[in-house]
Amino acid sequence: MSGTFVGMPVFPPPTHPAFPKAAHEAVGNPVLRGNLRHATHTIRAKRANAVAEVSDWAELREAGKRIKDHTLRHLDRYLVQLEEAVTAAGGTVHWAVDADEANRIVTELVKETGESEVVKVKSMATQEIGLNEALEAAGIRAYETDLAELIVQLGHDRPSHILVPAIHRNRGEIRDIFRTRMGEWGRPAPEGLTDTPAELAEAARLHLREKFLRAKVGVSGANFMVAETGTLVVVESEGNGRMCLTLPETLISVVGIEKIVPTWRDLEVFLQTLPRSSTAERMNPYTSTWTGTTDGDGPRTFHLVLLDNGRSDTLADEVGRQALRCIRCSACLNVCPVYERAGGHAYGSVYPGPIGAILSPQLRGTQSEIDASLPYASSLCGACYEVCPVAIDIPEVLVHLRERVVQGGEAVRDGNKVVLKPAKGHAAERAAMRAARWAFSHPAALRTGQRLASRSRRLHPRTLPGPGRAWSGTRDLPAVPAEPFRDWWQRTGGGKGGAK
Amino acid sequence: MSSRERILGRVRRALAGVRDEDAPVERAYLREHGQRSTAQTVDLLAENLADYRAVVHRCTAGELAAVIGRLVAGHGSTSVVVPAGLDQGWLAALDAEQVADRAESTPHELDGVGSVVTGCAVAIAETGTIVLDGGPDQGRRRITLVPDHHICVVRVPEQVVSSVPQALERLDATRPLTWISGPSATSDIELDRVEGVHGPRTLEVVLVSGDRPGVQDGAGER
Repeated sequence: MSGTFVGMPVFPPPTHPAFPKAAHEAVGNPVLRGNLRHATHTIRAKRANAVAEVSDWAELREAGKRIKDHTLRHLDRYLVQLEEAVTAAGGTVHWAVDADEANRIVTELVKETGESEVVKVKSMATQEIGLNEALEAAGIRAYETDLAELIVQLGHDRPSHILVPAIHRNRGEIRDIFRTRMGEWGRPAPEGLTDTPAELAEAARLHLREKFLRAKVGVSGANFMVAETGTLVVVESEGNGRMCLTLPETLISVVGIEKIVPTWRDLEVFLQTLPRSSTAERMNPYTSTWTGTTDGDGPRTFHLVLLDNGRSDTLADEVGRQALRCIRCSACLNVCPVYERAGGHAYGSVYPGPIGAILSPQLRGTQSEIDASLPYASSLCGACYEVCPVAIDIPEVLVHLRERVVQGGEAVRDGNKVVLKPAKGHAAERAAMRAARWAFSHPAALRTGQRLASRSRRLHPRTLPGPGRAWSGTRDLPAVPAEPFRDWWQRTGGGKGGAK
Repeated sequence: MSSRERILGRVRRALAGVRDEDAPVERAYLREHGQRSTAQTVDLLAENLADYRAVVHRCTAGELAAVIGRLVAGHGSTSVVVPAGLDQGWLAALDAEQVADRAESTPHELDGVGSVVTGCAVAIAETGTIVLDGGPDQGRRRITLVPDHHICVVRVPEQVVSSVPQALERLDATRPLTWISGPSATSDIELDRVEGVHGPRTLEVVLVSGDRPGVQDGAGER
């Protein structure tokens, strides 16, 4: 087998360009825009129908929000309860402060089995920590088994959507990737493969089956963990999840600490809202739940790696912590006008779209160029909040994070309180705001300035010079009226008597 | 300090001072959607199973063995995996080799088997879902995964509930559960749904009712 796996950029990406630059390139690609438009519009309409089928959607949404908020407020207690329950059921629990520690733990666990390959169920957490790359460096090959992840892995590409990582590829591109690359990783694509989705899915079935049948180690994430019972839940469609969760002898699950729900009963909310909100189905084809290990059925060894990696820092932020309610349905991506045009890669993170714009800068901090720009990757239209099944007020968090980027201030990083400096690149904006504050608190100066502006209006440039150029590059400068409002008010007595 | 203590410490510091805002979780949502008679609930199950491309059959207990025999033959299977606790009477008309669900059999061996016949733990009408809990008539999780053809018998109406909340009440969290809604599918290519990826590509659900003539097809109790 040849071919170097390029995969995901290491988290965080120190050199990823800021969102506007990355998006600019994506917007200029007509094939990408066509693919994105087709896919997001298809799912939008279907989702609306699936949600309209249940008359109590608003109540389910509110309950989901409250369950998650309650869990987060008592997260320490529920983490300990979960640990006890998983251990009692025959599992082993590990704790990972950051990506490096999680990768070290998983790599060691795989090495202990003596195996050099693992099969993986699609998992955002393992993408976030760059697990595949860490395993590769240790001589362990990780096979992605979700169809879209397979397309991404074979294409030496990056995922661009939480649910449908290959959403940026159309069927013709997928056929070409299968034809040219499948042979390098195992069973080649069938002769004469066409671009019909059914044939492409069949090619993936044949290619992956030999890997499933011989796999000794499976790696997964989880959609939910139930504290009272120690049960993990994986929601999926293709059956690759079931293969990875039941055929191997060893199962390793890497799960963010915020994925807990307190009780078995709480699943009744999320097992209704997640499928309808993500794939627009009444129920997804397969849901697997397991509690530790079961004698004679499935893996004999089960490890759970609880991942922090910035989540406890996010929890410390009063406004921002609501992002931890996210159940990764990706409905916010599908309705976002910015995502639809820019695509997922521009967000420079495994979490793209509106949720990524508030999650990545909190998990990673706002210090890098990309993370400082993500809170601006939105028109604040609010469609993301409308569709969110756990009612995350994404616009509110975006505005909060913009404030942090521009003004700096207190935050928690790696468990420590820090005072952030204002990000570079916002000096002109801050200077303008300071000048405005001075002018508005000095009425005489404001009056003189406004009159001067009105009289010189024919001389005004259409774009700003110097540091203001970037601002006016995407906007029209507002026209200055011939007469300042306050002069008009004084002259006409507030418009009385119809005076103009 | 261990990583466990470090994470729990960070979480506790992050939460300092917010606990008293906690409100109890209100559950204003419905226990089930709409009002249906028992027969109508079974009809809805059949309808939603079929909507996600499961093939639905209805028969009486007396007809079950013949139906199973016909479905296995119709699929062209020469071998069938059988869970240890399956009612042997269901297999009376089977013209295929029976393969026991054994701990020692490998996934490769299962891959050579044509069909699998199981019961189920519960079925959910609103979502068209059958749930397996590894009971004696259902066997290990892998036997309903590797073979390409799954025949699942649901005893109606006693195994049928209307909704997801009602199903969770009936299920035991400590057992490994598999919730199945139609054959495996993917929406990964242009968000178009395609049926049949890694799990069984054909799912046949047999709704079997008691031997009282006239009510078995859900037509009698409206």
